[in-house]
Amino acid sequence: MHAPKRSPYSGKRVQLMATCLCDAFYDSTALATVEVLEYLGMEVEFPEGQTCCGQPAFNGGDWPSSRKVVRHTLEAFAGDLPIIVPSGSCAAMMFHGAPLAFEKEGDRDAVVALGNRTWELGDFIVNGLGVRSWPGYFDSTVAYHRSCHTRGTGTPEAVATLLRSISGLRLVELGEAEQCCGFGGTFSVTFPHISAAMGELKLDHVGLAMPDVLVSADMSCLMHLGGIAHRDGVPLKAIHFAELLMQALARLA
Amino acid sequence: MKTQPIDAFAEGMTAEMRAAVHEGSKIGHEKRTKLLFDHYANPNRLRQLAGEIKQHVVENLDTYLPALESRLVANGVRVHWASTAESACEAVHGILKARGARRLVKAKTMVSEEIELEKYLSDRGIESLETDLGEFIVQLDHDRPSHIIKPIMHKNRRQIADLFERHGLGPYDDEPAVITQRARQFLRHKYLEADACVTGANFMVAETGRMVIVTNEGNSRFCLAGTPCHIALVGIEKIVPADRDLGLFLNLLARSGTAQQLTVYNEFILGPRGAGQPDGPEEVHVVFVDNGRSDVLASECRDILRCIRCGACLNVCPVYRQASGHAYRGPYSGPVGAVLSPLMLGERFAEKADLPKASSLCGACNEVCPVDIPIPDLLLRLRDKAFALGIRSPGTPPMGAWAVLASHPVAWRAAMAGGAILNYLPTKLVPVRALRAWESSRDLPEWRGGAFRSWFKRHAKAPASGPNDHG
Ligand code: SF4
Repeated sequence: MHAPKRSPYSGKRVQLMATCLCDAFYDSTALATVEVLEYLGMEVEFPEGQTCCGQPAFNGGDWPSSRKVVRHTLEAFAGDLPIIVPSGSCAAMMFHGAPLAFEKEGDRDAVVALGNRTWELGDFIVNGLGVRSWPGYFDSTVAYHRSCHTRGTGTPEAVATLLRSISGLRLVELGEAEQCCGFGGTFSVTFPHISAAMGELKLDHVGLAMPDVLVSADMSCLMHLGGIAHRDGVPLKAIHFAELLMQALARLA
Repeated sequence: MKTQPIDAFAEGMTAEMRAAVHEGSKIGHEKRTKLLFDHYANPNRLRQLAGEIKQHVVENLDTYLPALESRLVANGVRVHWASTAESACEAVHGILKARGARRLVKAKTMVSEEIELEKYLSDRGIESLETDLGEFIVQLDHDRPSHIIKPIMHKNRRQIADLFERHGLGPYDDEPAVITQRARQFLRHKYLEADACVTGANFMVAETGRMVIVTNEGNSRFCLAGTPCHIALVGIEKIVPADRDLGLFLNLLARSGTAQQLTVYNEFILGPRGAGQPDGPEEVHVVFVDNGRSDVLASECRDILRCIRCGACLNVCPVYRQASGHAYRGPYSGPVGAVLSPLMLGERFAEKADLPKASSLCGACNEVCPVDIPIPDLLLRLRDKAFALGIRSPGTPPMGAWAVLASHPVAWRAAMAGGAILNYLPTKLVPVRALRAWESSRDLPEWRGGAFRSWFKRHAKAPASGPNDHG
C-alpha cells in the first residue's frame, strides 16, 4: 500500500468526502464525522458535487469507468484543502488505487495530488492534527475491526490510540485479526459463497471476543457483517468509530 | 446466475477438506508471523530488501542468465534451454534416453508439475517416483498437489492412513510418525534402483553458479547421493546475484514457508562429483524453463517473478482457505497463482482470467510476502487487462451506467433521493441480478439516501453553535 507521508495540518478548513455509502445508508456516520471535526476546531466544507470515489469500477476491472468518476471527483474537490473521509477504503482508493489506474494517463499528477490531500478520519485526527487522546466516557467493551484497506496506513494505530484513550472503554482484540471480513466490493457479489463464509468466520471471532460494540473505520465491512448477523438472527451492535467518539463526547463529565 | 468457478468449487468442497485446508493454512501463517516478529525488530525491512534484490534480478535477467550459464558450464554443469513445457519434457527425456535410464526418483519440483513431466515420461516407458512425502502421497492417490509447499494440505491423516492401507504399505495407522516411517521404508531402496534424479532448485547464484536446494526430509540428499545423474528443472527467474544474498533468502524462505529458522537440509551444489570426491552424481544438468515466463516478464506484472515459492500468501489468503488449491486449476494456487497462472498462458490468458477476480483485495498476501510483491495491484492490473480484452466475467456487474451517474452530480443526487441508485452502489453493485447475489446471505440496511445532505444544509445554515477548539 502506498500511503503518503505528510506533515501535520495547521490550518482550520477541511473538505468532507462523505462516501456514497454514507450518502445512501449511513448519514449518522457522516454526521458524526462533521461533529468530531468541528469539535476539533475544523470548519467543514461539503462539496455538493461529490458522488463516489470510483472504487467499484476500479476493483471490477472497468478502469475507464473508474477514471471517469475519479476525474469527476477531481473537479468536485477543487482546491488544496485536506479531504477527510470516514472510510479507510475510499481514502486508499484516492491515494493508492487512483494513481494506479492513472499510470498511463496525462493527468496522473493531478490525481496523485488529490490522493496526497486525502486522509482517512482517524489518521487525520491523530497524525494530521496531533490529537492523541479523546475526552469523554464510554463504559463498554469495544472490538475494533481493522479494515483491510487501512493496512500499511496510519489508520489502525491511530484509531486504536484514540479508542484506548477513552475513559471507561475496554478494547478487546479479535482473533485472526488479519483476516478480511469478506466484503471486498464486487467480490461479495461475484463470490457470494466465499464472501459469506469469510463473514461468518469474522462473526465467530466477534462472538468469542464478546464486545458490546464493534467499530471500524469502514462502514462497508460493518454493513456486510451486520447484514449476515441480521440474517442469522444474531444481535450485533456495529458502528463507525466516529459515532463512538461522538457518544463518548456526549458523556463528557 | 452463473457463478465464478472458484466460488462454485468452494461451495462444493467437503467439510473434511475445508477443515483440513483451513487448519493447515492458519497454523502455517500464525507460526510464521510469530517466528519473524519474535526474532526481528522490523521483519518488514527484510522483506523489502529481499524484494528489491529480486526485482533487480527480474529486470536484469538478460545479463544474469548468460552470466549464470557461463559459470555453470565452467563448473562442469550441462545447460539446456526449454522455451515450452513440451521442450522441457523433451530435454529431460533426451538426457535419460542418452543414458538408457528407465527409473527416476524426484524430489519435489513445482516446475515438473507445471510441465507435467511424469505423464510425458511414463508415456515413454520411464517410471518416476516422488520422494517428498507429500508428493509421494499425491502420486499414490493419483491426486494433484493443492499447495506449493504442502502438497497434501487438503488431506487429513485418516485419509492418508487409509490410502497407505489400500496400497499395502501397512495396516491402518494414522500416527504421523508411522506414516512417515512407512513411506521412508518404501522409498529407501528406490533411490539405489534409480538411474537418475530430477529436482527443482530454490536459488541459482549468478556469481558462482551455485545451485541451492532445500528440503525438510533430506530426500533431495538421497536423490543426489543415490543416483549418477542429476537433472534440475529451473524456472528462469530463480536467480540471486551472489552467494552473500543466500543468508537473507534462505532465512526468509524457511521462516515464511514452514516457520523454521532454517530448512533442515540445505544442499549447495557447484557441479558434478569431482576427482577424489566419493559421492555425488557424475553428470549434472540444468534445464532452464521459460514456459510463459518471458510473457510474464514482458507484462506489467513482472514483479510476480520475484516469487520464491514460500506459500505464505496461500496460507494467509482467506479465499485460498475457503477454496483450496485445487480450485485454481493448476500447480500454482492462491494469490501467487492468481497472478502467475493466467499470465503464463500467454495468448490463452482468457482461460484463467477468472483467477485474478478471486480476491477481496484484502492485501494480506502483500503483507506476508517475503519479497514484498504488491499482489493486489497485480490482480487489479489483470482485471483491467481482462476487461480491455472484452473477457466476460460471470456475475460481474457492468459499471458503465453507474459511471455516468457518478460523474453527473445532479443525476446522482436525484437518484440518491429517490432510492433509484440502490442498484448502482458498491454494496449491491448494479443490476438486480447482482443485488440478489448480495442478498442471498445478507440483509440490507435501511435506505437513507440524501438524508446527510439535507442535514448538512440545515447544519450549515444554523448559527454557529460555537465549535470548540479542544484540539
Ligand atoms: S508470492 Fe510471495 S508469499 Fe506468495 S509464494 Fe511467492 S514469495 Fe511466497
